[in-house]
Amino acid sequence: MSKRFPLRLNIREGAVDMSHGSGGRAMAQLIDELFVRHLDNELLRQANDQAQFQVPGGRMVMSTDGHVISPLFFPGGDIGSLAVHGTINDVAMSGARPLYLAVGFILEEGFPLADLERVVASMSAAASRAGVPVVTGDTKVVEKGKGDGVFITTTGIGVVPDGVNISGDRARPGDAVLLSGTMGDHGVAIMSSRENLEFETSIESDSAALHTLVAEMVAAVPDIHCLRDPTRGGLATTLNELALQSGVGIRLEERAIPVRPQVNAACELLGLDPLYVANEGKLICICERRNADQLLAVMRAHPLGTEAALVGEVVEDEDGFVTMETSFGGSRVVDWLAGEQLPRIC
Amino acid sequence: MKYISEFRQQDLARKLAAAIAAEVDSTRRYHLMEFCGGHTHAIFRYGVQDLMPANVSFVHGPGCPVCVLPIGRIDSAIQLVETHDLILCTYGDLMRVPASGRRSLLKVKAAGADVRMVYSTQDALGIARDNPDRQVVFFAIGFETTTPPTAVAIKQAQAEGLENFSVFCNHVLTPAAIQNILESPDVRELGRVSIDGFFGPSHVSSVIGSMPYEFFAEEFQKPVVIAGFEPLDVMQSALMLIRQINSGRHEVENEYTRVVTREGNLKAQRLVAEVLELRRSFEWRGLGLVPYSALKIKAPFARFDAEQRFAMAQISSPDVKGCECPAILRGAKRPTDCKLFGSVCTPENPMGSCMVSSEGACAAYWSYGRVREQAGSARTASA
Repeated sequence: MSKRFPLRLNIREGAVDMSHGSGGRAMAQLIDELFVRHLDNELLRQANDQAQFQVPGGRMVMSTDGHVISPLFFPGGDIGSLAVHGTINDVAMSGARPLYLAVGFILEEGFPLADLERVVASMSAAASRAGVPVVTGDTKVVEKGKGDGVFITTTGIGVVPDGVNISGDRARPGDAVLLSGTMGDHGVAIMSSRENLEFETSIESDSAALHTLVAEMVAAVPDIHCLRDPTRGGLATTLNELALQSGVGIRLEERAIPVRPQVNAACELLGLDPLYVANEGKLICICERRNADQLLAVMRAHPLGTEAALVGEVVEDEDGFVTMETSFGGSRVVDWLAGEQLPRIC
Repeated sequence: MKYISEFRQQDLARKLAAAIAAEVDSTRRYHLMEFCGGHTHAIFRYGVQDLMPANVSFVHGPGCPVCVLPIGRIDSAIQLVETHDLILCTYGDLMRVPASGRRSLLKVKAAGADVRMVYSTQDALGIARDNPDRQVVFFAIGFETTTPPTAVAIKQAQAEGLENFSVFCNHVLTPAAIQNILESPDVRELGRVSIDGFFGPSHVSSVIGSMPYEFFAEEFQKPVVIAGFEPLDVMQSALMLIRQINSGRHEVENEYTRVVTREGNLKAQRLVAEVLELRRSFEWRGLGLVPYSALKIKAPFARFDAEQRFAMAQISSPDVKGCECPAILRGAKRPTDCKLFGSVCTPENPMGSCMVSSEGACAAYWSYGRVREQAGSARTASA
């Protein structure tokens, strides 16, 4: 405990106020007694406005992601762990080994310090589990009513091993499309805990850091063509992005796409399509067909890829359509998500 | 998933496809209208057309609740929420439907109006209880399926003395609309639309039963098969319709026996009759004024009627120029016949209501059927 602040921050009953973002003593105390206490590491302790570190040789990648989720706490995670996983995954989808994270908090006046501590403790746990420390950060406070409790932006950097060249424009006709696991778990877990929609489900968010899975995949097959995590917009939208970027079509086999029965049931009830529901701990991998079996074996041997499956193939189509052989035996287009997924009326 | 996946089995679909192929008379065409958007959605989502013979086509009807709501009613709701400090609650689909001046409830909400998406009338009641100092209006739309919950909410509000709750009632009736289509010049005199038979609504019929269709099956000599919303239901019902057509019958048959009875849900019907009554006429998008086709709140419950409480203006607004929604809703045109389809009108930026809901014919064509359309036009071009 720092001697600079004679009175300890009242985390149990206190709330964020404008002084916590003012740059003065109150902010310094919040950083000391809450952020640094939980996220503590050597680089963060440098206590400068930036973190300084040696960079390894090779190609570096950098990615940033804002998190504005409601509710802040949900089955299987919270905004803190999500902010860590999300950015680690964005860095890892290049095949890179994530090294460091930076975090920016936007706090709403009145936000309970106890909730903030819960979020920061969860970030800390997620970061140390992943082995990717938070090395610098920033805090701002907005007036009550101008935020939604807490918004978190995380930025990550990492380094790509030599010989790895993963990019969304590298899908080629004949390539295989692999998925690391079940679709829609995160989105359904979030919806089940939304204020106006609460329903009981055993589904938890799949929020997880995928970099160790990626590292094993890249070690086995360095020439993976594309990797992407199907977050917002779900599998359907992410595949459309890849098809457009690569100038190819993608043909899916609906029966091969893993979806938990509980997720399917919730989607039926709400009139949603699991292919458009968000995931936070799954990846799509596009690779040469001859590498598919080896990659599937590597994925299935990793705890985050036990339900990995081959779900489709890349085909020639300059219009970039994603189509699907339905489990019913027909075919259809799998389009981009339009607007938000809204429930149907009847 | 139990009780769902059974109705989506590929091997059964193949058997039904073979039975349909064996049943059809190759010298004629079959035009089967699915009234409900739920059927349209199932046909496209599962690719049912791929399993049907080439001479059987689906004609998409007006049974998408947001599609048939005339622009004027949404304009009225927007005017209401902008001129009063109130909370307007509605079902999700309605939020994006384009109103006049390229506005929508979603855009009005973004501009600061208090518009909230709810999943049920109970949510709207809850909002009214939680905000006793503010007026809460539920923008009620839908066919007979969504009507009983609205009636329940009004009765509950009365019982609780919830004086800050009211309903902007836009509930419409299915049989009146089907009759209107069959009586339209497009079908009757001009023969521009051929309809050989109907897939009867599934959820609607669970409430009203199969009896209400008996009149026009007889009057218009068209077979009706009440069909469930799963793809196997649609195929089984298509087979039943084709058999009726081939043998010159025009009966009301019920494929959806696991839910629908001849009488329907009498308790729900009584509840609706207690709270709501017929409007003399109501404007439908695409069909115009249809007599006795909608419901309004009865006099004893008038204080829960938003139209009366806020003296809401009746607004009549023209459709967007070039938008073919009206003809598409009557089955007179296909989405691809519309000049706006896919050029300026897409699900991201809908100009007409049929492009909004996943039950709308245009959105279904756009989202699920484009490749088929392209393949079709390529075939035509090379022929």
